[in-house]
Amino acid sequence: MEINLVSAILVLPLLGLIPVVFAGGKDRDDIVRWGAFIASLVTFVVSLGLLFGFDVSDPGLQFVEIFDWIPNLGISYYVGVDGLSILLVLLTAFIMPLAILSSFSAITERIKLYYAFMLILETAMLGVFVAQDLFLFYIFWEVTLVPMYFLIGIWGAENRIYAAIKFFLYTMAGSILMLLAILWLGINGGTFALPELIEQGINYAAFGPATEALLFFAFAIAFAIKVPLWPLHSWLPDAHVQAPTAGSVILAGILLKMGTYGFVRFNLPLFPEASRQYAPLIATLAVIGIIYAAWVSYAQKDMKKLVAYSSVSHLGFVMLGIFALTAQGVQGGILQMINHGLSTGGLFLMVGMLYERRHTKLMSAFGGIWKAMPIYGGLSLIIVLSSMGLPGLNGFVGEFTILMGALGSNVLAMGFAVFAATGVILAAIYLLTMFQKVFMGPLEKEENKALADLNWREIAVLVPIVILLFVIGLYPAPFFGLMDTAVGHLLAQMGQVLTVGR
Amino acid sequence: MDVPTIESLNLIAALPTMIVAVGAGVILLIELFLPKEERHWLAILSVVVIAVGLWLTFWDGGRTDAFGGMYVADGFTRFVNIVALGTAFFAILMAYDYNRRRGITRAEFYPLLLFSTSGAMLMGAAGDLVIVFIALELLSIPLYIMTGIRRDDPIAQESALKYFLLGAFASAFLIYGIALTYGVIGSTSLDAVLGAVTSQGLTGNPLLLLGAGLMIVGLGFKVAAVPFHMWTPDVYQGAPTPVTAFMSVAAKVGGFGALLRVLVGAFQDLAGAPRAGGWSLTVWAVAAATMILGNLVALAQRDIKRMLAYSSIAHAGYILMAVIAAGEGVEAGAGAALFYLMAYMFTNLGAFAIVVAVEKDDGSGTDLDSFAGVGRSNLWLGLAMALFMLSLTGIPPLVGFFGKFYIFKAAIDAGLVWLAVIGAVTSVISAFYYVRVIVKMFLEEGTGEAKVPWALALAIGMLALGVLITGLLPAGALDMAEGVILALAP
Repeated sequence: MEINLVSAILVLPLLGLIPVVFAGGKDRDDIVRWGAFIASLVTFVVSLGLLFGFDVSDPGLQFVEIFDWIPNLGISYYVGVDGLSILLVLLTAFIMPLAILSSFSAITERIKLYYAFMLILETAMLGVFVAQDLFLFYIFWEVTLVPMYFLIGIWGAENRIYAAIKFFLYTMAGSILMLLAILWLGINGGTFALPELIEQGINYAAFGPATEALLFFAFAIAFAIKVPLWPLHSWLPDAHVQAPTAGSVILAGILLKMGTYGFVRFNLPLFPEASRQYAPLIATLAVIGIIYAAWVSYAQKDMKKLVAYSSVSHLGFVMLGIFALTAQGVQGGILQMINHGLSTGGLFLMVGMLYERRHTKLMSAFGGIWKAMPIYGGLSLIIVLSSMGLPGLNGFVGEFTILMGALGSNVLAMGFAVFAATGVILAAIYLLTMFQKVFMGPLEKEENKALADLNWREIAVLVPIVILLFVIGLYPAPFFGLMDTAVGHLLAQMGQVLTVGR
Repeated sequence: MDVPTIESLNLIAALPTMIVAVGAGVILLIELFLPKEERHWLAILSVVVIAVGLWLTFWDGGRTDAFGGMYVADGFTRFVNIVALGTAFFAILMAYDYNRRRGITRAEFYPLLLFSTSGAMLMGAAGDLVIVFIALELLSIPLYIMTGIRRDDPIAQESALKYFLLGAFASAFLIYGIALTYGVIGSTSLDAVLGAVTSQGLTGNPLLLLGAGLMIVGLGFKVAAVPFHMWTPDVYQGAPTPVTAFMSVAAKVGGFGALLRVLVGAFQDLAGAPRAGGWSLTVWAVAAATMILGNLVALAQRDIKRMLAYSSIAHAGYILMAVIAAGEGVEAGAGAALFYLMAYMFTNLGAFAIVVAVEKDDGSGTDLDSFAGVGRSNLWLGLAMALFMLSLTGIPPLVGFFGKFYIFKAAIDAGLVWLAVIGAVTSVISAFYYVRVIVKMFLEEGTGEAKVPWALALAIGMLALGVLITGLLPAGALDMAEGVILALAP
């Protein structure tokens, strides 16, 4: 029997649960940590097999596995990757080992439970990106909620319970309407398999004038809360600030991408007419988010909060790109998902490493850190510059492509790109201000003088990220190449339905 | 009229129910000759009776009637039997140690439990309105007694009295409804009612509608639907916890079994479209009110037994949604209701089993604060409770989610989109109080402890596995639920 690679990466993290749950003896803690790390690392290595076996000229699904799961209701286990999802799968598999590695010293309590949740979370997130059956997708989508809730609630900071509950309720409130919409599609489309639903197309007009719009919003609200799109973002700063470092990294790096990915994967092809009609609305919210969150970011005293709001701002760009509904926009949006995962994940790691040493995240507690921790300073600078969108690093490529896409859009006016561009400038202001306050200036405070620079483990966590920042920044062509045909196919599908509909 | 012979009674078809009732009687007799210290044998014998009942239940699937059509054995009956017997089994496991701890020594406990179980089974098998009434009493009277089985406890006595008085009141409504129906149709057979409504064009008959309405009141009381839910929190709180657990599921299984038999099996043509009058409009309003009120009031509870009481009210609302869908002609509706009851059995009994473990010997320790820190002192127990709470919320891939999914599907299929939206929104509200239990157990500091003797551990383990397995692989149970198609007009 041939093993399907996609199914393999879903199972591998769960296999890691075996050493984690059954570890015992005096080396118990080490077995748990390394067991979890190795499981996630093996998952990453196997996921590279997807990359090498991927046929870029094929716009459809690859590595498909499908079998009946609940035949009574037409629900199947249906997974596969295509150009829209492969980068996100790789990103998830790439970030998880780093997040686990970064937790070795930060998490000292109840570590079995911690790593068990991390591994379950990995499977669920990968599942979200590869599921092609709406029901299966919803299951993975909701399952991500539970481990993340515990990660924040048990290992978080002082206000963790409030943040955990807020996270749980917000996300669940969004997704339950999506469940109804999924049911509606399953009943009226006769199948829960996404490719077939798109293929056959549903004539929504036959069910009443507002049907497509209602369904569009049932999905959109679930995804918009996850992204988060302004004004649904208020859970995010709380969750980020209270979560443990690895939790924030995963939240920013991967979980938020589930929202933006959802728009690309479901909203655009399933509801082409509504997507087109409401693109200006969504883009408006995105641009408001870009500017508003950037301003709020600037006003923060806490580094983690600053990075959290910067996340809202950056994801506004992704949303703008997607709803430009042009090839460039969507491609830029997908690439920017990856970029944001790397650079914001990196920023959170950075803040976490400082927090482990000083137990504060307030910028005013620092100053002149570079002198005490030169390696840390150097790596941090690169990550900050990447997040700002400096040419030569990855952030620039993504934002530039998105703005180009938005300018060339048929559905969005030019003003969207113009206003969004100010977000780039604002990002430079708040990020450089932060960098200046923390790293530059004289090293005055006594407790900062004795700070130890990064150890080998921390360097091993940051360096792979920094390398990728350069690779994408200097040579983005292969990344675009991976998604080129799939994005083209997606937009062609939309266009076809639109012309037929008219 | 023919004199029925033994053969024509077709007793075999009704064997599962009869075995349980007869077994209860036999155990009651055995108890007379059993020395006090050997009483644990009563529990063991009861489990044996349940096992035999289950075995007989799996015997045959097709529809056969017993007692000249008064007892109907079909897929529906079979499903109800399985859930009722399962509930009894787990309740016995919970009570085994609990009764000793709390000093409940009366030997009648287990026979009463079995009698009540046979009542629930009979309600699902009713082919005649008279059977509905008899079965309801067979289900309820042992429950009244079990609620007040601690005679030295004034709170339990108050609960029992309250339950009995309101229950008797509800029975009166039911019997009045039956009388009105008999007055119009001239028969109490469900098949005859169904046939007469169609053939004589009685769909708008006011007496018949009133009869159906009164029966909804009587059965709505049993399943704790708003506005007939008032007894629930007090009775749940006052009864011994295993009894509460048993009643929370068994009364619902019986109540919904009969409700489906009556409303769909006999009065389907009276359902009417949701906005066109008929009983479905009434039940629509009841379902909406039940979901909203149950979930909202549960938010304010500080005692976990009261919280679970309001949660059980809320879940009745979800199942009512499936009842309407079935009434609107969606075949999957009845199956969805039964599947949900099975999901509810695993999940809710699991939750109560944890309450039993945390409850102290003097009966205190059911307030939420007693759960603080239990997840730390007893990780597996905490994880199991988390599983049950998440399943009650409806988080996949647990069985509670699948139950809701199936019901929402039936509802949307029947065009009840707004009711489904109410169900969805109230599910989110419910997350708040279910998750609060997890917060208490895992996230808050506390010194909460739990005692888990082997029988209870077995129950919790089996229920947790049930929640996981039927959630991940629901196909088998779904097959059975899909076999549930209520009788159509002969």
